[in-house]
Amino acid sequence: MSPDDVMIVVISGLLATSCALLGSFLVLRRQALLPDAVSHAVLPGIVLIFLLTGERASLATVLGATAFGVACVAGFDWLRRTGVVASDAALALVFPALFSLGILLISRFASGAHIDLDSAIFGDVTFAPLRTIELAGLDVPRSLVITGAATLGTVLLVVLLWRPLKASTFDPDFAELGGLRGKLVSQVLLVAVAGLAVVAFDSVGAILVITFFVVPAATARLLVRRVGTMLVAAVAVGWVSAFGGQRAAVTFDTSIPGTIGLTAGALFLLALLFAPRKGLLTKRLAARPQPRPR
Amino acid sequence: MTTSTDSRTAAQPPSALSLREVSASYGGRTVLDGVSVEIPAATLCAVVGPNGAGKSTMVKAALGLVPSVRGHVELLGEPLRRVRRRVAYVPQQDSVAQDFPITAIQVVEMGRYPHRGWLRRLTRHDDELVAAAMDQVGVADLAEHPIDELSGGQRQRVFLARALAQGADLVILDEPFTAVDARTESALLEVLTTLCQNGRSVIAVHHDLRAVLDRFDHAVLLAGTVLAEGAPGDVLTPEHLERAYGMTPLVLNR
Repeated sequence: MSPDDVMIVVISGLLATSCALLGSFLVLRRQALLPDAVSHAVLPGIVLIFLLTGERASLATVLGATAFGVACVAGFDWLRRTGVVASDAALALVFPALFSLGILLISRFASGAHIDLDSAIFGDVTFAPLRTIELAGLDVPRSLVITGAATLGTVLLVVLLWRPLKASTFDPDFAELGGLRGKLVSQVLLVAVAGLAVVAFDSVGAILVITFFVVPAATARLLVRRVGTMLVAAVAVGWVSAFGGQRAAVTFDTSIPGTIGLTAGALFLLALLFAPRKGLLTKRLAARPQPRPR
Repeated sequence: MTTSTDSRTAAQPPSALSLREVSASYGGRTVLDGVSVEIPAATLCAVVGPNGAGKSTMVKAALGLVPSVRGHVELLGEPLRRVRRRVAYVPQQDSVAQDFPITAIQVVEMGRYPHRGWLRRLTRHDDELVAAAMDQVGVADLAEHPIDELSGGQRQRVFLARALAQGADLVILDEPFTAVDARTESALLEVLTTLCQNGRSVIAVHHDLRAVLDRFDHAVLLAGTVLAEGAPGDVLTPEHLERAYGMTPLVLNR
C-alpha cells in the first residue's frame, strides 16, 4: 500500500467511526434518512455564501451549509413534535423545501455561475490525500485533520451523553420524566448529525457519508444483544469496509468511494443472511424440522 | 401506620396525585376537559374508561409528558420538578423502541439513572436494588436475555422491575396488562398490592373492570372528563358505566 492508500483508508475509517457512532442512534430512532436529507438541505447555504463572498468552496461555504443543515433538522424536529404530521413526513417536507429554495436562488441570482453540490462541498476521498494544509510545519491532508477532530468530538459527545442517548432512544418518556433531559439530548444528536454530515461531505462525498451513517449501524444491529456492543461492531464494520473497499478499488481499478460503499453493502448482506440469531438463513436452518432418528 | 402521631404517617403527603381543572389537547382536539381528581396515597388506583376517554393523556399530563396542558398538577403533594426521582412510569409497550438492543438487566438498571444522572457510576447498592427488583417480579433468570426475545408478560415484569429498582413512592402504569397472560397479571397485581401495603402509591390505566372491582382500592372513571371517582364499587355502577360506555359491560352483570 502506498502512503496515499493508507491515508485514504485512515480518513475513511475515521469518518466511518464518527458516522457509525451517531448513525447507530439514528437507525434505532428510525431517522436513518436524516443525513440524506441534510445533504440536500445545505444547498441554499452554499448559494447564499457564494452570493455574499463569491466563494464556492471555502470555509465559509462549509459554515453556510452547516447552518442550513441545522435548520433542516431543527425544522424537522419542530414539525415532528407538533404531532400534526408523522415523523417521516416531517423530514420529507422540510428538506425538499430547502433544496428548492437553493435551486430558486441559483436560477434567480446566480444562473451564470456554475454552482452545484458536487462542485461546492461534495469532496471525493480519492483526492483527499492531495489537499493538504500546513500543521506544525508538516503538510497534512486537510481531510485527516477535519475527520480526526470530528471523530474525537463525536466520541466525547457519545461518552458524555451515553446514558441519556441510550435511555431516550429506548424509552423517551422515561428519559424525560427521570430528569435525563432526553428531549435536549435528542436535539443535540440532530445538530451533531447535521454538523458531522456537512464536514464529512467535504472530505469524502455525500454517498459515502450516507453509507457510513446507516449501513455499518444496520449491520451491527443484526449481530448484537447490547447497544454498547452495537456501537463497537458498527465502527468495526466501517473500518473493514474502508480497508476492504480501498483494496478492492485498487485491485479492480474502480471508484474508491463507490467500492467502499459496495463493500459495506456486501457486509450488511452477509449479516442479513448469516447473523447468529437474526440472520434469514440462520433462522430458516434453525426452524427446519430435525430428521427423525432411525 | 395505625396512629396519626406516627411520624411516617404525619409526613405522608395528602394524596398521590392531585389534578385540578386539568385540560389537554392533541393536535387541536381536546382530549381532557377540566379534569379534577384526588387520588389518596398508599392506594392501588385504577383509571378506567372507554377508548379515547383520555386515560393515557391524563397520566401523561400528570407526568409532564404532554406538551399543551393547562391546570394544576401535584404529585405526592409537590410539583413534578421536585419529585421526579420519586415517581416511576411504566409506559405503554408501543412507546418503547421494540428493536433496541438491550438486555433485561440493563433495562432495570435504567431505574437507577434518575438517581445517578448522566455520569455517576452505579454503586454496589444500586446493583443490589436491581437484583432485588428482578427477583421480586420473577425475572432474575432472564437478566442477560435481550428484551426483544422476551414474551409480552416477561417484558412487562422487567419494566415493573425497573420501577421497583427506582424505589419510587408513586408508580404510574399505562395499560400494563395488555398482551400479558392471566398468570402474569395476577402476579404483577400481587407485587403492586404489596407496594401499596408498604405505603407506596400505584396508579394504573386498566381495561379489566372485573379486576378493578376485585383488586383495586380506588378508581377514576374517565370519559374526557371525570364521571366518577372513589371506591371501585361506588364508581363502577351501572348508571356510571352507562354514561361512560353507552352500555353496561356484560362482565359486571353476572
